[in-house]
Amino acid sequence: MAGPASESNKGTIDEGIEKGAEKLEPDRIEQVINNVLKNETGARLKVYVDTCVHCGLCSEGCHYYLSHDNDPRFSPAGKVKQTMWEILDKKGKVSPEFIKRASEIASTECNLCRRCAMYCPFGIDIAYIISVVRRICHLLGVTPLYIQDTAHSHSATLNQMWVKDNEWIDTLMWQEEEAQEEMPSLRIPLEKEGAEVFYSVIAPEPKFRAQLIYQTAVIMNVAGIDWTMPATPGWDNSDMCMYTGDLEMMGRLKKEHFETAMRLKAKKIVMGECGHAFRSVYDTGNRWLGWKMPPLPMVHAIEFYYELLRQGKIKIAGKYETPVTFHDPCNIVRGRGLHEMGRYVTEEICNELIEMHPNREHNYCCCAGGGVVNCGPPFKMKRIDGNRVKAEQLFAAKARGAKTIIAPCHNCHSGLEDIVQHYGLNMEIKFLGDIIYETMEKPE
Amino acid sequence: MFNDTSWDWDIGRRLIADTDEWKDRFEWIEEPYVSPDGEKIAAIIRNEDAEFSVCENGTTWENTFDKIWRLRFCPDNRLTGLVSDMGEWTVAVDGAAWENRYEFMWDPRISPDGMNIAAAAQKGMRCLPVVNDVPWETDFLSMTNLTQGQDGKNVAAVVQTIQVSEGDIFKFQEGCYSLAVDGKVWDRNFVNVWNIGFSQDGTQVAAEVRTSLYDYTIAVNGVPWNETFNSVWKPQFNPEDGSVTAPVRIGGTWTLARNGIPIWDRKFVQLWHHIYSPDGKKLAAIVAPEFGQWTVAVDGKPWHRIFGDLVTDAVFSPDGNRVACIGKTDGAWKIAVDGIAWNESFDMVWQPVFSPDSRHLAAKTEKNGSFAVYVDGQPLKESFGALWNPAFSPDGEKILVRGIGNGADKGKYWRHVISLNDIAS
Amino acid sequence: MHGIYNFVSGPLVWVSFILFIGGSLYRLISMAKLANEKDQTVYAYMDFHYAFRSIFHWIIPFGAENMRKHPVMTLVTFAFHISLLGVPLFLCAHIILVKEAYDISWWFLSDSLADAMTLIVIASCVFFAVRRRVLPEVRFLTSPSDFIIIAIVAAPFITGFWTYHQWIGYRIVGILHILSGEIMLVAIPFTRLSHAFFFPFTRGYMGSEFGAVRHAKDW
Repeated sequence: MAGPASESNKGTIDEGIEKGAEKLEPDRIEQVINNVLKNETGARLKVYVDTCVHCGLCSEGCHYYLSHDNDPRFSPAGKVKQTMWEILDKKGKVSPEFIKRASEIASTECNLCRRCAMYCPFGIDIAYIISVVRRICHLLGVTPLYIQDTAHSHSATLNQMWVKDNEWIDTLMWQEEEAQEEMPSLRIPLEKEGAEVFYSVIAPEPKFRAQLIYQTAVIMNVAGIDWTMPATPGWDNSDMCMYTGDLEMMGRLKKEHFETAMRLKAKKIVMGECGHAFRSVYDTGNRWLGWKMPPLPMVHAIEFYYELLRQGKIKIAGKYETPVTFHDPCNIVRGRGLHEMGRYVTEEICNELIEMHPNREHNYCCCAGGGVVNCGPPFKMKRIDGNRVKAEQLFAAKARGAKTIIAPCHNCHSGLEDIVQHYGLNMEIKFLGDIIYETMEKPE
Repeated sequence: MFNDTSWDWDIGRRLIADTDEWKDRFEWIEEPYVSPDGEKIAAIIRNEDAEFSVCENGTTWENTFDKIWRLRFCPDNRLTGLVSDMGEWTVAVDGAAWENRYEFMWDPRISPDGMNIAAAAQKGMRCLPVVNDVPWETDFLSMTNLTQGQDGKNVAAVVQTIQVSEGDIFKFQEGCYSLAVDGKVWDRNFVNVWNIGFSQDGTQVAAEVRTSLYDYTIAVNGVPWNETFNSVWKPQFNPEDGSVTAPVRIGGTWTLARNGIPIWDRKFVQLWHHIYSPDGKKLAAIVAPEFGQWTVAVDGKPWHRIFGDLVTDAVFSPDGNRVACIGKTDGAWKIAVDGIAWNESFDMVWQPVFSPDSRHLAAKTEKNGSFAVYVDGQPLKESFGALWNPAFSPDGEKILVRGIGNGADKGKYWRHVISLNDIAS
Repeated sequence: MHGIYNFVSGPLVWVSFILFIGGSLYRLISMAKLANEKDQTVYAYMDFHYAFRSIFHWIIPFGAENMRKHPVMTLVTFAFHISLLGVPLFLCAHIILVKEAYDISWWFLSDSLADAMTLIVIASCVFFAVRRRVLPEVRFLTSPSDFIIIAIVAAPFITGFWTYHQWIGYRIVGILHILSGEIMLVAIPFTRLSHAFFFPFTRGYMGSEFGAVRHAKDW
């Protein structure tokens, strides 16, 4: 099991934070902070800070707190105290050292999972407050290196993984060819104007997990969906700029994504099994641009599979036999209420679903979300130590027979893989799409 | 518009091809494309030998390829596609491949007159633009935003000028990207360069740039404006005086700036896709005066008609006196012109088209899986299983409808010229 | 002493009510204006149905998961808030004062019940103070101002209890009772006690976001 809390709280050396902070002058810190407070925040932040009665009831909402033996520094309000309260108390007159610590807390000790908002009696949006801290750190240039590099990739290529325009198209053609071995009539239609569905993914799919595109192509073709994927930037729906606080880039990315779907005249956008990207296209990014809701209907893979199964567009040849448990990803459960649809799909394709507890809106975060996994190796142990409670939750489900974890979110996959490995859980982790592909009826 | 006086404008309906027959002939057939004059319909096909070709009006190209993609008609009715043979890629025009071949080609661009074709190409690990089968002499580490000038002779692209290893965030922030125009790279590097605008004559280039992680501005011929902003969107050249305008974000709201100085006194929650009237005298843009409320502003003054979901595809009439756009509220797509929306709602609409005399507006629409052309808010009688954008005759008295029929006409591609007088009656 | 009594039970009452009502209105209106300038999304997403759905779950004892996790805290909080509001509004002695002054009266609590409820408030304040000292996650968040706020809330009840039972020095304590009540009223809009009137907005907004946009529950 994990070491004591203090080990992961010593302060990790991160070049992005260290070198970024070297350039800081107190005057600039004060100016940037006050600029953000004056121009970018308003009643929400004020009311949240004034309304918090310091009751500590949010504490148990946080998996970091629970995993660190109730260390108060990891409670949601505790993290706000160490960052925003101090910033407000001192009216921005804080030291570079303080900013370094604030950046680390905001970027790597909070997944912005919003679970605490369900534990705070006042519904204070602590994730929002922490996001403001990240925004300040971004403007001061003090952001963990790995996620900052990802933000740079977003800016230069409009995708998360430095995938070049030609590499993207090449990957799709390659996956189309591969899948044609199995299903000769299969097509991944590129740039097909007027298709019903615009399918978008996150850049790790073409980069590392191209088989997910393959699987989707099979599902789409078997179900007879009129779909397309773009051969231009805008195909990537992911967004680490949302998490670093580079909101201007977040807006640019979302604009490109939605306008690409609009250019292709698609009626809706279906996206792969990703959580943070959903938050970015359904909640955060569209708002920054002035779209109250996504300009085109945004359908997460869970909802899409749900529709396909309900309408009988795909049929299951034989259910997945290994008992499974279902991990509810924050951004599509607390973020979109897809937990019941997720269970419907699971029960349609699997023999036995063993619930983990807590579940649905109350499920514990994977500790990878909110950009934390994207802060890279320096903070890996922090994630793992910070989510011992997830391991305990999974052990309990395993004790009742669950062998496979279904996690319909990329970040959850990465986070849970580390948890499973470190704590010796010996469980397999799958996407719903993996199991659908495995169990569905396919033409001979 | 391309010279369309030469098109057949005789009123009547003419069957060009029965695409359902094609489905029996080929085991693989992709979605069809139709020439602007409506005389040709073509689709990518694959034969029994797993070779790709194109079926155009029932006749296949003589050449076959290992793969064809991005089939499109040029405005001058030539048919282009990206083709590969023996692992090498090039552009094919009406079945004839260009001489130069590359490891990969993508992002083809065709000038409005159809005369000039550019595309991005990869050779080794380097990227370069190719214009009319002539590759640039310089190539780059990476390349995006390939853009043609008005006549397509001038081409620009965002290029990476300095190698950065992944994870070197500090080098990246010093600026490793620039813009190349007709093979020549701007003197200055930027953190980022994005959308590019050409002047009318193709000699001047402006682009969105980021000079640090926080400072956005417009660079014109490599020289950034003195002013920086929270963010900027794509710049445009005034076709009349050559000045550059762009939407800029100041203190959380958007306005329009010319050469760095705001010219609209109003602020917007959003402002983008600004367009000039053909004479350059008027400016329109898609705006959100309030959060979640979208409309079009002409010379800074927003329409009263608001759409809740989105506004897109704004277009000026040829005389510059009217503006039309697409709007959507609660999932219902509409066409609006001069602040008034057509009554009918649709499942999807395409960018509306003004008649040359600016009096009429036509649009391709879709509802319940069936397509129809609407003119001035009224539907033409016929509905279709597939449809392409309508075009007005040069005298503005007729309209060309290109569509594949429904029901008994299923699969049959018709070219139909209709007199506007007939619609009115 | 009579002069002091007249002052605190006369002009000061007016002053405190004016500050309480005016201050509360000022806070609410200024926040509403600020939200309109800087947080337009608050208005765009506020949804009455889902706001009330959330508020409803959070004003019912044990209506939210977190309340079930902390049964003692839940019981104390509800008993405390009910007593805190109930005693001053429905105390016989208060109503008699209003009746004498304005000839208006309403239903009142029995003296013994009011006495018990007063003790609940005082005991709850002791509970909150001890909790602040004992529970690490609360102690970490606690600053001296939190104890001052507890004292501000407890003071009118302690002094009221004292006065009612006519313990030693109850006349002076009676004056202190009025004064401390006035201090508490004035403190509401200008301290974290403002959670009293911000609660429906923060909870309602989160309820709207969770319900109308995110189709999830937030309790």
